[in-house]
Amino acid sequence: MTAGPGVRTGSRPMTRGARVTRVALLAVSIAFLGLLLLAPLGAVLIQALAKGVGGWFAGVTEPDTVAAIKLTLLTAAIVVPVNTLFGICAAWAIARFEFRGKSLLVTLIDLPLAISPVIAGLVLVFLFGAQGWFGGWLLDRGVQVIFAVPGIVLATIIISFPYVARELIPLMQQQGSDEEIAALSLGARPWTTFVRITLPKIRWGLLYGVILCNARVMGEFGAVSVISGHIRGVTNTMPLQVEILYNEYDFVAAFAVASLLAMLAILTLVAKTLVEMRSRTAGH
Amino acid sequence: MARGRIAAPSPLPGFGLTLGFTTFFLSAVILLPLAALVIRAFGIPPAELLGLLADERAVASYRLSFGAAALAAGINAVFGFIVAWSLVRYEFPGRRLLDAMIDLPFALPTAVSGIALATVFSPTGWLGGKLALAGVQVAYTRLGVVVALVLIGLPFVVRSVQPALLEVHRDLEDAAESLGAGGLQVFRRIILPTVLPALATGFTLAFARGIGEYGSIVFISGNLPFETEITPLLIVVRLEQYDYAGAAALGFFMLAVSFVMLLAINAVQGWGQRRLGLVAVR
Repeated sequence: MTAGPGVRTGSRPMTRGARVTRVALLAVSIAFLGLLLLAPLGAVLIQALAKGVGGWFAGVTEPDTVAAIKLTLLTAAIVVPVNTLFGICAAWAIARFEFRGKSLLVTLIDLPLAISPVIAGLVLVFLFGAQGWFGGWLLDRGVQVIFAVPGIVLATIIISFPYVARELIPLMQQQGSDEEIAALSLGARPWTTFVRITLPKIRWGLLYGVILCNARVMGEFGAVSVISGHIRGVTNTMPLQVEILYNEYDFVAAFAVASLLAMLAILTLVAKTLVEMRSRTAGH
Repeated sequence: MARGRIAAPSPLPGFGLTLGFTTFFLSAVILLPLAALVIRAFGIPPAELLGLLADERAVASYRLSFGAAALAAGINAVFGFIVAWSLVRYEFPGRRLLDAMIDLPFALPTAVSGIALATVFSPTGWLGGKLALAGVQVAYTRLGVVVALVLIGLPFVVRSVQPALLEVHRDLEDAAESLGAGGLQVFRRIILPTVLPALATGFTLAFARGIGEYGSIVFISGNLPFETEITPLLIVVRLEQYDYAGAAALGFFMLAVSFVMLLAINAVQGWGQRRLGLVAVR
């Protein structure tokens, strides 16, 4: 904990009014978060286990669900490395150099966070749909993008590429480049400098960015929903499988798949907390 | 190393390579696709485009999307502030756990939040059942849209306000109290002015996110045209009807709104920085 102006150094006894306020505000906070966060999370787990562990297991091992899990893992295996590479490149250019048009570049990187995921799917229809700019040409050559895996991958890239870059840019700006310049002036090669100096400095931020990006990739619903065509066992990712099972009133199976995604979310939060603790101890 | 006049000189390598790749990637992944949408929308004759945008069903969807997003962001401004205050100012068992949980809506896939909220708030659900006894129906009504957006927007407000609360000078609070100021007066004259820019930023971020939200809403809202149909859902409906012009018009409108929201967020943050700068000088 850093000692900002808001942290009191000496403790003073609370007045009666302050104690009442404290109890009231804490009660409101806990009730609000309980209703909003814990109740839905609890509902996922309770519904997933409504027919016992056997019912849960049957839900997540259904062939269509297994295909959805595989597609989600495949998408993440393509998208996360691509976005990581982009994030490192963008952060290197933006945090290490001064150039014209930099703020425009930063705004462009933030753009996917401001647009609706539905728009990310929609634009791909106009590019690669049968009447889209490239759709007809690609279809003539037997390449299907819309309602197929390439479309899912592209839509997922659009909504998830900012996350690594956004973690790294402020971190690298704050760290500065004195150590890199020192290494280079002593004759280290650029690549060696990056691997030996920069990478160790940014590893916790990079790790967190990758984890956050992965969570967004595996959980994306809106963009993928527009583009996937919902073909069972073929173009359904895990969130889409959740939707289909839910709409078919197969609640145990729907919540079983949802519970896997909820576990991923909880792991993401645990990793975030660990990385924050780690970078705090490493920074001091 | 090719470094033209666009960049200030630097001893570091890799400028051309990294900037080149970044620019190429952004052009391919975001500029080109957005251009396809904008050009498609401008391909529609202006009168027809206006007709599509002013369509009664579309206008009803804007009302719901903007109204629910504003209401949810307002609710979050109040409760998110109380939550941030509790996390920053009070020590209590489980504080760290609660603090980590704030990011759950970021991490939880929206479809999961959606079916979970629909289950909890459905008339047969745990909370929905109790509310139904009181005559309040949440699931499959506009209220359901607001509830989903409160969940989605919460982290934006709490994470904006938390650092600002740490900056409030507690000496000032103590001084005010010792001079006889009541709790409310301290809040209004000292705490609120310092935190207001952060609160405004959080509100705007939550509002912007709420306008475009899709996954967490479609399960709880009922999706009735004119009643509980949000604009992003209407875009999906138009696409499914092969009404590409309708989808392009609405998509273009939503994109324009996103740009305005980005400008608004920048303006609010700039205002906050100037304001806090002034406070520090005094």
